Amino acid sequence: MTATQPQPTNGVVPPPSDEEVITVSKANKWYGNFHVLKDIDLHVRKGERIVICGPSGSGKSTLIRTLNRLETYQSGEITVDGILLGDDVKNIEAVRREVCMVFQHFNLFPHMTVLENLTLAPIWVRKMPKKEATELGMHYLERVRIAEQAHKFPGQLSGGQQQRVAIARSLCMQPKIMLFDEPTSALDPEMVKEVLDVMVELAKEGMTMLCVTHEMGFAKEVADRVVFMDAGEIVEMAGPHEFFDNPKSDRTKLFLSQILSH
Amino acid sequence: MVETAKLPPRPTGTFSARAITWSKNNLFDGWLNSALTLGAIALLVWLVPPLFNWAVVNATLAPTIEGCAEVTGACWGFVNANLRLILFGTYPFEEQWRPLLAMIVLMGIICFSLGGVKYPSFRKAIIPTWVIGVPIIAILMWGGMLGLTYVQNSYWGGLPLTLILSAIGIIFAFPFGLLLALGRQSNMPAIRTLSVVYIEVIRGVPLITVLFMASVMFPLFLPDGVTIDKLLRAQIGIILFTAAYLAEVFRGGLQAVPRGQFEAGDSLGLSYWQSMRLIILPQALRLVIPPTVNSFISMLKDTTLVVIIGLFDFLGTVKLALRSDPAWTKYYVEGYAFASAIFFLICFSMAKYSAYLEKELRKGEQR
Repeated sequence: MTATQPQPTNGVVPPPSDEEVITVSKANKWYGNFHVLKDIDLHVRKGERIVICGPSGSGKSTLIRTLNRLETYQSGEITVDGILLGDDVKNIEAVRREVCMVFQHFNLFPHMTVLENLTLAPIWVRKMPKKEATELGMHYLERVRIAEQAHKFPGQLSGGQQQRVAIARSLCMQPKIMLFDEPTSALDPEMVKEVLDVMVELAKEGMTMLCVTHEMGFAKEVADRVVFMDAGEIVEMAGPHEFFDNPKSDRTKLFLSQILSH
Repeated sequence: MVETAKLPPRPTGTFSARAITWSKNNLFDGWLNSALTLGAIALLVWLVPPLFNWAVVNATLAPTIEGCAEVTGACWGFVNANLRLILFGTYPFEEQWRPLLAMIVLMGIICFSLGGVKYPSFRKAIIPTWVIGVPIIAILMWGGMLGLTYVQNSYWGGLPLTLILSAIGIIFAFPFGLLLALGRQSNMPAIRTLSVVYIEVIRGVPLITVLFMASVMFPLFLPDGVTIDKLLRAQIGIILFTAAYLAEVFRGGLQAVPRGQFEAGDSLGLSYWQSMRLIILPQALRLVIPPTVNSFISMLKDTTLVVIIGLFDFLGTVKLALRSDPAWTKYYVEGYAFASAIFFLICFSMAKYSAYLEKELRKGEQR
């Protein structure tokens, strides 16, 4: 299991560069006595797209949430974009400016319009003038094909639309890395595609993405590597072809048979 | 949509026909409701005419004890004769236009602030209005400059005192309560413990005790020669007391904001204070408008307790007027009825405004 070995992709997405943007080495996390992350090693290169899957409770969400310090870790080392993630608040804020996260439940701000949701962080974190932020916001709303909803409130949109707004909100920060925490799990089935389409486009533009998802079609289409986690450890990590066609571990085989059986 | 389906069809026909249908549907549907309706009518017939006779028909406004002695109804003459004492307490008689003007200025700023919430362009002017308005009120009340004679604040009283104690109390208790609520949720153990201890101690003590301590015990701890004004001490006591209650109200609001909102703020790189100000508090405070106004109303009424440390608030000046002449003393019902009416007017306005504010803030967001 060599982490940095380049994997063949299906040619649609650009290959990642050699520059390493996320380094997780020997990271451990406990909730009390419960060992959530066990000696995690993960190296992500710039432009790489990684899909993380695994049964619920396997620690996959926890793992990506440690990457922008929504979760702490107790031992090991995590470096993101060359910045060591520890207790230093300055470092944490610096990482969060470059790493954005899309959540399962969107987490849009219900008291603001869609456009205000998008311009908030550019204005307050990037200190961008309001006019410029609005232009940027509209640009990304158009990209996720939802510009006509700019002045509505999140509560007036469908789940799929809300998740696309959430992606646009992250893009407005022009992040180097995007984290997706089960972005389609809370959606009605007919809305999954519109969100995945946006994510595939992002992948094709070369965004560095780490995505916790069970959408195996998405994994096959864009992932450079698929990571399978179980019981807090990385069980298997391979390119999508190898992962799906020739899984090595029994746990991976069992998991794949369970989610692909329908 | 579902609810309207349950309603009976809209009555049609002449007014009386509609009235009958409405009564049948709303007042006499079933024997229990019919009995309750009849009971309520009987109660009103029994209570209202005598009350009306007392308060209006047989009442007098004549501001003399003789005039009051002639009537069987209410002696509003007591209020009429002592109006200025009741409204302004022991403030020098010739200077009472000053508290009146101060009160008008205060009401003006309050109305401007409350109305300004709706209009973003006014919103920016709210804080400057207070910054200019409060010194004007202070100058009017204290004087000692601009040709106004100095009036020691131990002479202040009546409605202006009640309004000032309440308004300043609210303005300072609100942010302090907010800090306490945030402190109670802080990750820093020292700040959290301090907040919890403060809130629990102050909440566990009656306001009277706080006021007593502020007026009697507190000066004992001060070095000789240092005195802090009695009114100021009472004001601080009220602020400290109200803040503890507000803190718990705000904590309820903070807990009602989903965890994901904090995480979204964090993941976008907003700092703690930015997240709080822009994302969390707007949602949390909106949720707790009813209990917040509840606290404000109860605080306004609690300011009447300052009478025990020798300050004459609005209720205190009514008592003062009753005692001003033994002949007036028996008209305490009228005096307290007048005070109640004014208190009700203020508190009811606050309640109405809070309802309006909730509706206003909820507009746009709903489907």
